[in-house]
Amino acid sequence: MTAAPIDAVRREDVEALFFEEAALLDAWRLDDWLGLLTDDARYLVPPNDVPDGDPRDTLFTIADDIRRIRGRVKRLNSAEAHAESPRSRTRRMVSNVRIVERAGDELVAEANFIVYRFRRDERIGEYVGRYRYRLRSTGEGLRIAERRAVLDCEELGGLGSVSFIL
Amino acid sequence: MDRPFIVDEPDKERFRLNRRVLVDPEILEMEHRRIFDRCWIYLGHDSEIPGNGDFRTRNVAGRPVLLVRDAEGGVRAFLNTCRHRGTMVCREREGNRTRFTCLYHGWTYDNRGTLTHVPGEEAYGGAFDKADFSLTEVPALEEYRGFRFVHFGDDPEPLADYLAGAKEYLDLVVDQSPSARLEIVSGTQEYDIRANWKLLVENSFDDYHLHATHSTYLEYMKDSGVSVRLPKGLMMPAPGVGRSLGNGHAVVDNVNFRGRPVAAWIPLYGEEAKPEIEAIRAELVARLGEERARRVADTNRNLVVFPNLVINDGSAVTVRTFWPTAVDRMRVTAWALGPVEESETSRARRLDSFLTFYGPGGLATPDDVEALELVQGGLATWRETEWSEISRGMNKTGEQLNTDELHLRTFWRRWNALMTGGDPA
Ligand code: FES
Ligand SMILES: [Fe+2]
Repeated sequence: MTAAPIDAVRREDVEALFFEEAALLDAWRLDDWLGLLTDDARYLVPPNDVPDGDPRDTLFTIADDIRRIRGRVKRLNSAEAHAESPRSRTRRMVSNVRIVERAGDELVAEANFIVYRFRRDERIGEYVGRYRYRLRSTGEGLRIAERRAVLDCEELGGLGSVSFIL
Repeated sequence: MDRPFIVDEPDKERFRLNRRVLVDPEILEMEHRRIFDRCWIYLGHDSEIPGNGDFRTRNVAGRPVLLVRDAEGGVRAFLNTCRHRGTMVCREREGNRTRFTCLYHGWTYDNRGTLTHVPGEEAYGGAFDKADFSLTEVPALEEYRGFRFVHFGDDPEPLADYLAGAKEYLDLVVDQSPSARLEIVSGTQEYDIRANWKLLVENSFDDYHLHATHSTYLEYMKDSGVSVRLPKGLMMPAPGVGRSLGNGHAVVDNVNFRGRPVAAWIPLYGEEAKPEIEAIRAELVARLGEERARRVADTNRNLVVFPNLVINDGSAVTVRTFWPTAVDRMRVTAWALGPVEESETSRARRLDSFLTFYGPGGLATPDDVEALELVQGGLATWRETEWSEISRGMNKTGEQLNTDELHLRTFWRRWNALMTGGDPA
């Protein structure tokens, strides 16, 4: 399969990828989720007080290159990842999907999210924010080159850790 | 009669902590007055307000505080409350201002705290003088090498005396900068832990837990090419000691095994980082001499400045403070600290190195949070299971390992002395 030209990618294609990703993450099928990423993918959660910052000069909550993404998945697949053992139950709502830029073989798409997280003691956390993705058209289809999850809350506060994939 | 808070019997090699002190709201109430109002409390770093008129608002020791660099460049800290009826005068997290106007009736203060404008001032009697209504400064404000502390009690000893042996460990942090200037990096990690604040004091330099709690982190480091094998007789991949620094401050001082941006290379930093890290190290040696340079570059130090400041000088430099919002809950605030002259690539490497272990999205900190929350959960049994065991290392004389618990006992002894009015050891 050859890569589709970026101009041919429709919003439905992007939505399909986002919905597929959300389903995999909610099901904790993390190895399958890795298959949606490019080999140079990055996963970013900026700090709550600098949502538009750059991880090279700003302390993020998460700023993984592909090596640490894979390490994170290996960790989360282990029963020794105590913060997620037993695992959280999550349910993701992804909406308001828009393609905002196209250049070369990549596009930038944004979406809103709510991730409900349940774990122990009936504890409920709502992680609310927006995603900004860089997606690349490849021979295997549309793949995630960068995903940035920007939380709306001004501090993590009662949400505690971001120990699952947000 | 109430049972003691701690049982400290060196001759019997016994040290126990009454679990009540981690659970009982009355204890927290006492701590506010006897610990937090009688110690120097970390407020912030001078680099956070670099320019005249810069300000930050913080909650410190239960009070809203406004940290300001005034029009003349002086650093001041005000209680963030209007002298009229008490409204918080500044609502922003940070910024730059020449004046602060209270939203309620419009009283306006300059950045030296002077009340400069009162709308409808003519309605006040002749005894009213604006000069009597400046913003209230914190009772005492002092800094050591850029680390700024406040004190809310009577007659505090000078900060430099209070810090005692902790000063040397702050010096080791500052020595990483050729110009002896560090800065707090942009970006704040702020998160809650559902556990008593003192559990995070313990956890911040409890090296005994590394192996059990952080096995997935160690696995990641191992996969990256770092040796995490335990030498015979050790519970950590590299040796280290625990030390009391006086006044309740303590440290673990360890041989580095997991890399340091200043200046010990590990494979995770990448081949391309080698020349730059070698250059940083050469500068250290030229400036500080071989021995001191090795101390700066090849050791990790987790420092607790009593009661609630932690500086982890390891795979990065983290500055972390925490405040009990309830007996079983704390708000943690953490920043990264780095030399001001650090290159763009070094700074990026420092931040990346920070995140591998630390913070609410790191590969290790969330497991600490989990551990502490499970401790707090377990402590609901405190009436039946009264004592926690903190005696590692008491069976030997002389130097104590980082995985012994001398440093934890140091904190608890000071805490106990202040809480019971005994002689603060
Ligand atoms: S309370 Fe500030 S002006 Fe009235
Ligand atoms: Fe830990």
